[in-house]
Order: sequence, then C-alpha cells, then structure tokens
Amino acid sequence: MKDRYLRNVATLRLLDEKCFGCGRCAEVCPHRVFIVEDKKVRIKDKDGCMECGACAKNCPVNAITVKAGVGCAYAVIMGWLTGSEPSCDCSGGGECC
Amino acid sequence: MNKEKSCCSPVNACYAEVLVTPHNQKDEWVTGEIHTSQGSVPVISTDISFEDTFGAWKVRWGIGRMNYRINPGLYALGQPDHKSPVLVSANYKLTFDALRKELSGLHCWILILDTKGINVWCAAGKGTFGTDELVSRITKTGLSEIVSHKTLVLPQLGAPGVRAHEVTRRTGFSVVYGPIRAHDIKSFLDSGFKATQEMRTVKFTVWDRLVLTPVELVATTKYSLMVFGVFFIINLIAARTFGLADFIAYAGAVVTGTVVTPALLPIIPGRAFAWKGWLLGLLWTAGFIWFNGWFVPEFLLLAIGYLLVLPSLSAFLAMNFTGSSTYTSFSGVIREMKIAVPLIALSSIAGILLVLIKSLSA
Repeated sequence: MKDRYLRNVATLRLLDEKCFGCGRCAEVCPHRVFIVEDKKVRIKDKDGCMECGACAKNCPVNAITVKAGVGCAYAVIMGWLTGSEPSCDCSGGGECC
Repeated sequence: MNKEKSCCSPVNACYAEVLVTPHNQKDEWVTGEIHTSQGSVPVISTDISFEDTFGAWKVRWGIGRMNYRINPGLYALGQPDHKSPVLVSANYKLTFDALRKELSGLHCWILILDTKGINVWCAAGKGTFGTDELVSRITKTGLSEIVSHKTLVLPQLGAPGVRAHEVTRRTGFSVVYGPIRAHDIKSFLDSGFKATQEMRTVKFTVWDRLVLTPVELVATTKYSLMVFGVFFIINLIAARTFGLADFIAYAGAVVTGTVVTPALLPIIPGRAFAWKGWLLGLLWTAGFIWFNGWFVPEFLLLAIGYLLVLPSLSAFLAMNFTGSSTYTSFSGVIREMKIAVPLIALSSIAGILLVLIKSLSA
C-alpha cells in the first residue's frame, strides 16, 4: 500500500528553460517524483514530494526550487513556541525526525 | 631534524604512531589496523556482537540515544587497496552497524562524517551530513593520498545535505549516490554503480514504523506521569475519584496515538495523521465507554468529556509521528496543524472541563 500525504501542498517548482536533463534530481528523489524524458526532466508526481530538498540541492543549474523543511509536527510546535524557524533539533530529547 | 630522524628509523615506525582515525581499543568491532601513507586506519568487522544488538535495543527505547556515536574518520573493511571503493556514512552507531553488517566479503573504505550521532537522512536535513563536512573530512583523512580513484559512494538519503557538483569542484572527487538501504549496496557495487528504481525508493513498512514507536511511547510516558500526579491531587477533593477504569481509558488513548496508529498507518482512511489518530482514538474511547456502561444519564457528563479529550490526545500524538514518517512534507504538516491544533485544543479543554465537573460534583 502506497503512503500518500496531503494533496496540493508541495512547493516544488521546476524551471523548464534551465533544465538540461542531467537527471540528477530523478536519481536523488526518494519518492520517484521526477521522470526523465527526451533529455528533459518532468515532475510526474508532485503530491509525492516530501520537500526534503535533495533535488534542488543537487541540481547543477539551480532549475529546481522547493521550500525544504522538516515535515515534523513536534519541530513546528517548538518553532511556534520559541518563535524560530522549525528545526529538527532532536537533542532536546523526545520526538525526532 | 636529528630528532625526527631518530624517531623515523627504523622505516615505517612513524606510521604506526599516526592514527588516521582514533578509536577505542576496547571496541569489539575494530579487528585490527591497516597501514597507509597517511597513517594507520582501523579495520572493522562485519559481525554484530551482543553488545551492538543490546546498544541498538537501548537507543530504540530512547536510552542514551543522543550519544550513541563513533569517531568520525576513515575505516577499512576487509583488505582495501588504493582501487577499493569509498562508502560515506554517518557516525550514529546504529547507522554504522546497519551498514557494516551488510558488507561481509567486501573490501572497501568507509568514510564516516561527524553528524553528531544522527542518522544520515536527518543529518542531511540539518546539514551536518553536508558538503562542508564531507570536504573537510576528505582533507583531514588524506583520502586522496590513500585511494588513486576519484569516486565517492554516498547514501542517496544524504543528498538533501550534499551538493554533489560542489564536492567535485572543491575536492576533485565525484559523488555517486548509492542505494537507500545498506542491504542493496553489494548488488549496487557488483552492477558497476547501478541502482534500480526500487533501490532508490524510500519505504515505510510496518516493521519500519513499529521500531520507531517505543521512543514515542517513552517520551509520552514522561508527560503521563504529570497527568497521573494531577489525577492524584484531584482525587483528594473529588466526589468521584479517578480509578483503574480512568487509567485504562487514558493509557489506551496514548497507545492508540503512539503505537496503533503508526502500525496501521496506511490502512486507516484519510491522509492527515491527526485525523487518523483521532479516528482510532474515537473508536477506542467509544468502545471503552460502552464496555464500562458509561453511556447512561448518570455518567453522560464523563462519557462526553472523555469522548472530547481522549480522541484529541490520540490525534495529537499521531500528529507527532509525522516527524518519524518518511513521506510527510513541511508544507503538508503546516497545513494539517493549522486545522488540527485549534480543534485539538478546543476539544481537549471542553472535555477536561466536563470530566472535572463530573469528578468534583458527582
């Protein structure tokens, strides 16, 4: 059974004109979001994106943008409480990514 | 000059003194050392001892979890030479053990980054398994003098922290992303660095989910002790005291949120984790109230109170499991929480009030 999270929330964007189809994004994506066709990359499953940021980080021409962050409610709560960006700082004990 | 000379004769005596990677002599998983131009490198075993298994069990239960680490640096497995592949990993001992136990019969180098004892994927998210650390670790170990090739094999889940092309620009080493699971490394190496789509896809099996639940349960138990303390104080003045049934109702809601919901995750209808937890929490609470015969006018206040507070508790705990899951996005979690957190808070406050009214007025 496939794990699916909320629809239409992922911030993943691909700038088509910059992409030269190296396929690095498709290689690093842990959820097979991209597909390489005719020396171009296409987003095949945007709702599968977990915003880990691997694709954007490894794109040699910066053709991908995504608001990468920790998909972790505990981190978000701590971020709200402390007024800082949610970070996956597990050293506080308890829950962690 | 003279001093150096006397130190360095006989030949190679100096090399034995220089450690590329310091390690504890008592560590059972170090079986010897191998001499390189940069100094001696510890050779590691692919066997998992009782101590390793016990250590893994402890951290799964949250005992010493933040300090279960090994020294970063270069390690040797088998009898590697200058042509052997270099695998990169994190210095969380659980990660290190999971990797080395899959590598029996191989000859390779293992470059361990300092991720502060955090696994590869989380460390990559934080950036400690990152470009800068990788580049500095390559320099510190003198890796380019130890191997003659220019290829590093990184775990695919390290990619969120590493900019492969920048590593190449700064060190000359090219980065190949290997499979997600250590189990697939042998076939990856045998096939000349080819990973199948299956090897590149992250999973979240029932076992993957269950091993994560003890830590959640332990973390919740700490807060639960405070709740029991409050129960105890209220009991001193209550007309209806909290007893075993109340304890079971509460404990059941906790286990529903931290263990049952994660275990059944993909088969529970809906997508938001809080929703899934709430649904199971409602089933548990309604079932338990019915079993206790609390659906009668006398106990109605208590029944409604618990129906408001306990499913909310399960929902909150299940929502926290997003941090352990392998597929929830930041934007998704924010979307979910903006709806779930106010509902959980309102429902909990209303429920607690009703239960208190019942307890104090009977």
